[in-house]
Amino acid sequence: MDLKELYQEIILDHGKNPRNKKKCDGFNKDAKGNNPLCGDKVHVYLRLNDEKQVEDISFEGEGCAISIASASIMTEIIKGKDFNVAKKILENFINMLKDGSKPSINSLSDNENTTIMSLSGVKQFPMRVKCATLAWHTFLHAAENNKKVVNTEE
Amino acid sequence: MDIKEIKSKFPIFSNKVKGKKLVYLDSANSSQKPKVVIDRISNFYSKEFSNVGRSMHSLAVTATNRFEETRDLIKNFINAKFREEIIFTKNATEGINLVATTYGEKFIKDKDEIIITELEHHANYVPWHFLRKRKGAVIKFAECDKQGEVSIDSIKKLITNRTKLIAVTHVSNVTGTIMPLSKIIDLAKTKKIPVLIDGCQGAPHIKLDMQKLDCDFYVMSCHKMYGPTGVGILYAKKKWLDELPPYQGGGGMIDEVKKDNISFPESPTKFEAGTLQTAEIVGFAESIRFIENIGIKNITQHEKEITEYGLEKLKKNNSVSIIGDPKERGAIISFTIKGIHPHDIATILDDDGVAIRAGHHCCQILHEKIGIPASARASLGIYNSKEDIDILNESINKCNKVFNN
Repeated sequence: MDLKELYQEIILDHGKNPRNKKKCDGFNKDAKGNNPLCGDKVHVYLRLNDEKQVEDISFEGEGCAISIASASIMTEIIKGKDFNVAKKILENFINMLKDGSKPSINSLSDNENTTIMSLSGVKQFPMRVKCATLAWHTFLHAAENNKKVVNTEE
Repeated sequence: MDIKEIKSKFPIFSNKVKGKKLVYLDSANSSQKPKVVIDRISNFYSKEFSNVGRSMHSLAVTATNRFEETRDLIKNFINAKFREEIIFTKNATEGINLVATTYGEKFIKDKDEIIITELEHHANYVPWHFLRKRKGAVIKFAECDKQGEVSIDSIKKLITNRTKLIAVTHVSNVTGTIMPLSKIIDLAKTKKIPVLIDGCQGAPHIKLDMQKLDCDFYVMSCHKMYGPTGVGILYAKKKWLDELPPYQGGGGMIDEVKKDNISFPESPTKFEAGTLQTAEIVGFAESIRFIENIGIKNITQHEKEITEYGLEKLKKNNSVSIIGDPKERGAIISFTIKGIHPHDIATILDDDGVAIRAGHHCCQILHEKIGIPASARASLGIYNSKEDIDILNESINKCNKVFNN
């Protein structure tokens, strides 16, 4: 277990300067997520068009470097993707944190792969996995019109 | 007092955490357990165990005696007037729920008011919220100031002729504020309002004298007092225990059971339904003896010294902001580091074997008041030393390095 694996430069950068941290213009779906044990909160907004493509995605919230970085990275990677592809990325991401498997999505660029892999170190810190997955679960709720607030303790 | 020797009585400290010496600064959450307590539970199960208060055989008599001895020890430890005033619960939370349910049932009506403070742990708010939902009670929050103090005036101005209870913490589990209990109780008495004290952060650290304090209810958490989990204590003045209805129904708490009616015995039996945490309660006797062997006043003094050292050290660390500045502080220092979320602090400290808690510490009202979502908290026990503070401070510096601050 190495702290450097957890707090990689990419994560620190996204944690300090999160991308797409706002309400995106013309969003037509949104959902909220809470981690009640520690007070992390996230609100994900997205604009899904008729072809089920994620035209825009953004988030607001407060939390640790891992949760903010993960939300920020998620918005960068998912923006512009078809929902089905986005869902596949999400599954791969969750599996990476659960069992350490590498994401295998053809449509991810090398750069996107490197970015998403920067969160793989979280697997070594079981208490922090929830921080990293909160925004992703919340994205799914938003896209699927699930009005229930995501709760990491359920 | 030889802290090294006292620390050696806690087996957990002989283990390494991530290859490092354990620096345990999470005693406000739960304290570690001395070997005497661990051994007592094991011995009790090996040699003396059976259910208490029911059977006629020899083991049942021994077990019952051991169990009731703990009640006597606690009575003396907190200088209660009667042993019947000591009720075993599963934790302090259950103690407050017991009062909220039974006192609420009998004495709280629509629009009656309960005063709590902005410092309270959720355990001293949520049970009253249930009463708000069930009975239409009104909950009023006495404000805390920037120092983390709740002035007597802020409580006084909330009192009306509908005030039916004042429920306050003894020591804040975030700011460490030691509340002016005597003043609050004196004030309440002039208005004939009962007072409940959440003593979770008081009982492990401060000498208690129920007869002198003269509160109506005081709850304790045994696992924060070097004792086993699963045991809490509710102290309640006898007059209340006689008046309040039973809490939970079941075996062990009945007098006579007929098809058309059931009668109940007196306290404490009335409030202790079902088989309790027998071995843990017997084990807790050793925790009381452990504390008394050291001397609770010595514990207060030692922890005060380490807390003051910690405050001095962390105040010099420019990246650290300490939460609250109460005049009287218990063994708790909560803080934030600029630009680093408390969860990240906790993870980085853990890498050095330093165990703290990060989050809202079950005090969302207080964190909202301060305007932060979470904080990091270092809390002390008898086993902590100045060296632990030095390691904490070094580890805080490491947080800044990891985050390039």
